[in-house]
Amino acid sequence: MMRLPRFRYLAPASLLEAVKVLGDLGPEALPLAGGTDLVPNMKRRQQTPANLVGLRGVAELRAVSGDAARGLTLGAMTRLAEVERGAVAAGWPALARAAATVATPAIRNTATLGGNLCLDTRCSYYDQTEEWRRSIGYCMKREGETCWVAPGSDRCWAVSSSDTAPVLCALGAEVTLRSRGGERRIPAADLFADDGIRHLTRRPDELLTAVHLPPVEPGQRTVYLKLRRRGSFDFPVLGVAGRVRLSAGGTVESARIFLGAVGSRPQEARAAADFLVGRRLGDEETVREASRLATQIAKPMQNTDLTLGWRKGVAREYAARALRELGS
Amino acid sequence: MADDREAAPRPGPRALDDDRPAPRPGAVGPAPGLAAVGKPLRKVDVRGKVTGETRFADDYTMPGALHMKLVRSTVPHARLLSVDASAALAVKGVRCVLTGKDFPIAYGLMPVSQDEHPLCNDKVRFVGDPVAAVVAADELTAQEAAALVRVEYEPLQTIATPQEALATADPRIHDYGDAPNVHKLVAFDFGDVPAALAGADQVFEDRFFYQGNTHLPIEQHAALAWVDPDGRLTVVSSTQVAHYVHKALARALALPPARIRVIAPPQGGGFGGKTDPFNHEIVVAKAALVTGRPVKVALSREEVFLCHRGRHPTLMRMRTGVKDGRIVGHSVETVLDGGAYGSYGVASVHYTGALETVTYRMDRYRFRGCRTFTNKPPCGPKRGHGTPQPRFGLEVHLDKICEKLGVDPAEWRIRNAVPPDTVVANWMRVRTTGLVACLEAVVKASGWRERRGRLGRGRGLGIAASSYMTGAGISITFGDLPHTGVQLLLDRGGGVTAFCGASDVGQGSDNVLALIVAEVLGVEVGDVKVVTGDTSLGPVDLGSYSSRVTIMMGNAAIQAAERARDRLAAAAAAKLEVPASRLCFAGGRVFDVEDPARGLTFAEAVQRAEAQAGTVGTVGSYSPPTPTPRYKGGGVGPSPTYSYSAAVVEVEADEATGELSVEKIWVAHDIGRALNPVAARGQVVGSVYMGLSEALMEEQEFRRLPPKLSRALVHQAPSMLEYKSLTFHEMPEVETILVEEPDAMGPYGAKEVGQGPLLPIPPALANAVHDALGVRVDEVPITPHKVLAALAAPDRRYGPAAFPDVPWPEPLLVPPPWEGGDGKATNDRKRERRLPGAKP
Ligand SMILES: Cc1cc2nc3c(=O)[nH]c(=O)nc-3n(C[C@H](O)[C@H](O)[C@H](O)COP(=O)(O)OP(=O)(O)OC[C@H]3O[C@@H](n4cnc5c(N)ncnc54)[C@H](O)[C@@H]3O)c2cc1C
Ligand code: SF4
Repeated sequence: MMRLPRFRYLAPASLLEAVKVLGDLGPEALPLAGGTDLVPNMKRRQQTPANLVGLRGVAELRAVSGDAARGLTLGAMTRLAEVERGAVAAGWPALARAAATVATPAIRNTATLGGNLCLDTRCSYYDQTEEWRRSIGYCMKREGETCWVAPGSDRCWAVSSSDTAPVLCALGAEVTLRSRGGERRIPAADLFADDGIRHLTRRPDELLTAVHLPPVEPGQRTVYLKLRRRGSFDFPVLGVAGRVRLSAGGTVESARIFLGAVGSRPQEARAAADFLVGRRLGDEETVREASRLATQIAKPMQNTDLTLGWRKGVAREYAARALRELGS
Repeated sequence: MADDREAAPRPGPRALDDDRPAPRPGAVGPAPGLAAVGKPLRKVDVRGKVTGETRFADDYTMPGALHMKLVRSTVPHARLLSVDASAALAVKGVRCVLTGKDFPIAYGLMPVSQDEHPLCNDKVRFVGDPVAAVVAADELTAQEAAALVRVEYEPLQTIATPQEALATADPRIHDYGDAPNVHKLVAFDFGDVPAALAGADQVFEDRFFYQGNTHLPIEQHAALAWVDPDGRLTVVSSTQVAHYVHKALARALALPPARIRVIAPPQGGGFGGKTDPFNHEIVVAKAALVTGRPVKVALSREEVFLCHRGRHPTLMRMRTGVKDGRIVGHSVETVLDGGAYGSYGVASVHYTGALETVTYRMDRYRFRGCRTFTNKPPCGPKRGHGTPQPRFGLEVHLDKICEKLGVDPAEWRIRNAVPPDTVVANWMRVRTTGLVACLEAVVKASGWRERRGRLGRGRGLGIAASSYMTGAGISITFGDLPHTGVQLLLDRGGGVTAFCGASDVGQGSDNVLALIVAEVLGVEVGDVKVVTGDTSLGPVDLGSYSSRVTIMMGNAAIQAAERARDRLAAAAAAKLEVPASRLCFAGGRVFDVEDPARGLTFAEAVQRAEAQAGTVGTVGSYSPPTPTPRYKGGGVGPSPTYSYSAAVVEVEADEATGELSVEKIWVAHDIGRALNPVAARGQVVGSVYMGLSEALMEEQEFRRLPPKLSRALVHQAPSMLEYKSLTFHEMPEVETILVEEPDAMGPYGAKEVGQGPLLPIPPALANAVHDALGVRVDEVPITPHKVLAALAAPDRRYGPAAFPDVPWPEPLLVPPPWEGGDGKATNDRKRERRLPGAKP
């Protein structure tokens, strides 16, 4: 079998201790949450941190507080199996659905919300064993120079493949990052950068501690539609996340739409959202135009499952289905 | 010895004075009162599987065991200039590094394809070909040191596809083969097909492609080797064929076979992927010999993808002439992408043509097959070995023909089914056939007549049928020796131990062995202990592939058990003072059928037999009947009997996205007799699963980098996550119908069930997609983008546009039986010279 590389394991017992060791070790360390992304990556030597800071013993990161009226705060170590149910499912069903479509039930019992947001970007030239990557001379994301997806390119196009990230962006959620030096609370959308290598704005000494869901507003509707090969197990090749507020008469008062898995970060479909405001989702013409605008921003590359042409071809159809669901 | 007497009538608890003629092993009657056969009894090995106590190969270890990692080629095609292990050897804990120099002798599965070295010594032929092995105190150290082995290559041109192989004379991947980079070419004319096509009312032509895919067993390969103090080598390995590993070890390591023992523990699936002897098995044995310590190797999932030996990607062209609704001539050409080594390839290429004839009547038949070498992991046998590809082609081709002829494809198949007891165009002998029964069963169960074509746009039904061998008629490696043997030992406590070389890959062969012995001896299945998969503890069995174990081991078990029964009967007769012919074996007793109270317990009968003539141990063996084809190459395809299957698939197709959802599958399988109906259904559903998974998504696909920048050719997705196969989500309900018409060749009438039901699934799906959307996808897998592309195409088709030019050799001319042939080729001069009395 494939063995993990050698590493030092640190097990802080409190948040204070956790941010202290992270501060001490900086880029030499990575936080370990459920390990469902990081551990396989380490086996394949995609990530080889000298130190792992295990978050299992940090009780503060499991705290959940608030409600639909005030907004909900979920500790970063909240497991996806919990996000699928309960308060989240009642108030922000799209987030529950996104969590419920991650991987498999066994993985969701271990995987965390924080880990899902910080998930490494994915690429079929990168999510491979060390030997495999050596056989292609590696690539820009690690150890190599060329990007095999776009050989002329000077950046990496690895794909943001988190299911919850586009939903949290669409919901207008915020996240708290904490370091030895203090805390900052930023919009979820600002956690991500459009670069396959430096895809998070999180500093190495920062820990993601909590996710804040805004209060549920009257007339709020949310949706997440995930396109992938199989009904379980698979990462998204397209995620359509949307939040609208509808007037009593069914007119769109505000809208936010984000696409997942078609770029190195969740992509905001602002033109589509702006177009929807003042219109009605029941109108098929509106849906068709909005879905056209939405998928214009998608930049899928030939580095995920399924063919590029097909993914491009059906993106609009999937966006339309998501919008119809929002309106129904 | 009583052992040698004529076998008594059987089966089961029937008086021995039955005056019907003694049937051959496997003959069937109404079989009244069978105690174990046909009952849904719990499998003998299932508790260990469920509780996790079964020990698989990777569960074996020994105190002080070392660990081995293979260093694999990172280039697809190159001369191997040097291997420098000094850095690896300097690592603390590393015990030795082996290289190609340690393995001068080539080996291979088929006698004609001895083209592998345990570690490459002059060339590497694909990314993953092993060049060195590092042996260390623990697995991590071995893995880390393996990365330090420096290998110098002189790159050669990468040959990635059969088209490139056919077009490239130099460099050659191997220096043998029927043409440069062509491993094997075969050509047969069973009658004059061009003339038949010329005289046909209509001639149809199609091209198909069946993508390669791999076995994906849950259990990864692992092996443990050690040398006893007396110098005997033992290898425990997850292999489907312990005896092939045994043979390969003896050859490649130049060891006396008598000093080698191979143990094949139960496997977590094989599906053909563990039938070749593998380099890691030989290298780990060598490492044990060199270090004097036990050595263990456990392959990673990625390495299992590189071992491969899976389904050959196959391009096909079919031509069929139809007159008055029947096939007057049929032609098949296949081009197989064989990958880097021979493996079973010579057989595989023959199989893409051999069973084309056994389902529907065809007057004349023409077959051309070509297997190419490419710089990819070698292809070999996977469930259905070489036949799913042409079966897909044929069944879709027929669906199109029926559409043009305006006939119901189910009716056409029923009308044209090969009748029982027929020698078909290429001389395969069909005995019993449940083809019509299977077709009728799925037609009825699915509501075919009422529902087909009436489900509305986007929903459709498709049908297909197929046939498969129940064991191969000819052994690849053992000439005229029996294909299997069973040995029984009866103990004084009434226990029975059955020894056989067969290995249980999860299909239930241990259960079959216990069940048959128990049936004959009238004891409980649980009283029979089986010892299998061990070359030192059981007679040779050719292993779990080719759907051969139940028929071959089963018949041998009957023979052995009947010989034991005879000995017990003779002793019990003396003791009870009744004629042996009046004795019945049932319920753990041996008794007088006319006075059932008068009898012995089974244990007492064993004791009496021992007192009479010594330890009760008997043997049985089995060889298939002599095949009817007598032409060269006719050894691939004959079988003691063929199973038949039919399936109807119901699909829901999304016209906007091309996505498919299979709603239900009805499958009927002609099993002869289900020895255990629950286990048999499990095999059917497992086959359906695998067939559907291939049909919808599985692809052993390779990635090439821009040739200007790199020669790389790597497996696209060597992982369980990214190599897509069906999950529970995509698996529809399967309605299984077992068609039982016992066949005289099988034990209690049983035929195979492990492979056949896979075959109709891919074509039935393709035909259902056509019913749903009116498009033809002439390729497997049928992925969403192909469906969309077909919807957009002017001819509403997606599939291969061309068929490559192949330098076909002069065909062997073999007249079909009804054109006066005798099963020999009329133009095989080389062969005729060898046949005594043949005219020049
Ligand atoms: C077979 C399989 C299928 C999968 N399918 C999907 C899928 O469909 N959709 C999907 O979104 N994901 C999928 N995943 C990926 C993964 O399981 C999930 O994203 C999961 O939520 C990751 O969470 P984790 O707690 O296991 O993270 P970990 O593996 O522990 O961590 C992931 C990354 O986040 C960092 N990190 C974790 N917690 C923090 C924190 N609090 N602060 C700062 N950094 C942190 C880690 O350092 C690491 O870099 C799949 C994984 C597998 C193995
Ligand atoms: S996008 Fe390019 S650089 Fe990034 S991981 Fe893929 S191949 Fe490497």
